[in-house]
Amino acid sequence: MPEWTDTAIIIDCRPHGEHAAIVHILTRHYGRYAGLVRGGQSRNMRPIMQPGNQVSVSWRARLDEHLGSMTMELADAHAATIMNDRMRLMALTSICALLQGAIAEREPVETVYDATVAMLELLSSDVDTPLWLAAYIRWEIGLLAVAGFGLELSRCAVSGVTEGLRYVSPRSGAAVTSEAAGEHIPRLLILPGFLGGDTKSLEEDVINGIRMTGHFIARRIFGVHHQPMAEARQRLQNMVMLQFGKDMASDITNDHPSHEEG
Amino acid sequence: MVPLAEDMLAVAHAIRRCTECSNLDLTSCCGICQDNARDQTRLCIVENVADLWAMERAAVFTGRYHVLGGVLSAIDGVNPESLRLDYLVERVKTEHIEEVILALSATVDGQATAHYIADQMVGIDTRITRLAHGVPVGGELDYLDDGTLAQAMKARQQF
Repeated sequence: MPEWTDTAIIIDCRPHGEHAAIVHILTRHYGRYAGLVRGGQSRNMRPIMQPGNQVSVSWRARLDEHLGSMTMELADAHAATIMNDRMRLMALTSICALLQGAIAEREPVETVYDATVAMLELLSSDVDTPLWLAAYIRWEIGLLAVAGFGLELSRCAVSGVTEGLRYVSPRSGAAVTSEAAGEHIPRLLILPGFLGGDTKSLEEDVINGIRMTGHFIARRIFGVHHQPMAEARQRLQNMVMLQFGKDMASDITNDHPSHEEG
Repeated sequence: MVPLAEDMLAVAHAIRRCTECSNLDLTSCCGICQDNARDQTRLCIVENVADLWAMERAAVFTGRYHVLGGVLSAIDGVNPESLRLDYLVERVKTEHIEEVILALSATVDGQATAHYIADQMVGIDTRITRLAHGVPVGGELDYLDDGTLAQAMKARQQF
């Protein structure tokens, strides 16, 4: 009878029958798993079963391919501390939606787990919004890499130089300098300062960063399955645009059509 | 069994959803919405009819209600359109509501919905409040979960 015990992050929970719940978690050593939690809708379990909470999980099933049942204990209640801040809460729901959409079931992804725990701890802390948003953008870049579409942001795709990088090709995900970009500049995505691009205000960098990762997530993670971008991620991007005074909300899902030609 | 089945059928035929607040009653405009003695300037937003009944049972609110019929959930495909949030915003505008009370559950989805509704109300001259989170009456601290304790500590008050 297969069974294991591990630490995990809850990414989704839905009722099953009268008392049980089916929970999706991201474990450190076993990847994304689903399982049945008996009594998951009970008064004691409901606070634990919130997305974003870190738990200690035991899973067992009769056969490896079965759904299996889980028991869990709370390790860190991130959801409760994040819940009061609208943008942090939106980032949390976005993280859960992206993990659900990007990570294959039962494939170990330790780096994603560790990065997600670090991200949740940052969201639970008092760090300023632009700072944790910059970390969130890095987290998304890491997720893209694990999903098989890493961005090449360390050197120019045309000249190979590592200095003066300004833009990212919306097609290849590779960085380029202004000189190499030439007449294609209007079609390119702007590389944020904290990723090696031209240093601007952190707020502007965050807007450029979230547009850049949003473009690749929409096309490479959801687009390849002919699915629309995760709604929670769209709402986060909308909120960032509005919060930092840029009315670019219309760009959200349908990034510039010209990007396709880049 | 037959009388029970007949009664259930009668209930199924008689029950109406209120056109104003989505409460369940025997008339299409429910008793609460028709009651002019209630405070017309305060609107309490609840997730479902059971929550409305819980509020009424506690007799702590004398205003009117708006039943959402769920909370936003991207994974379950519940979006603002399916909760008719545009109708809610219109209702707050046209009925000149002075206070909107967000009485949604203290879950990630519940609070995400509360924040979304609050965002939609920006620009409307109304006060938006929400229920407090913290230690329940009769609750002992050593039996509380970490999340509730964290919320209670954040929302502590001068004593």
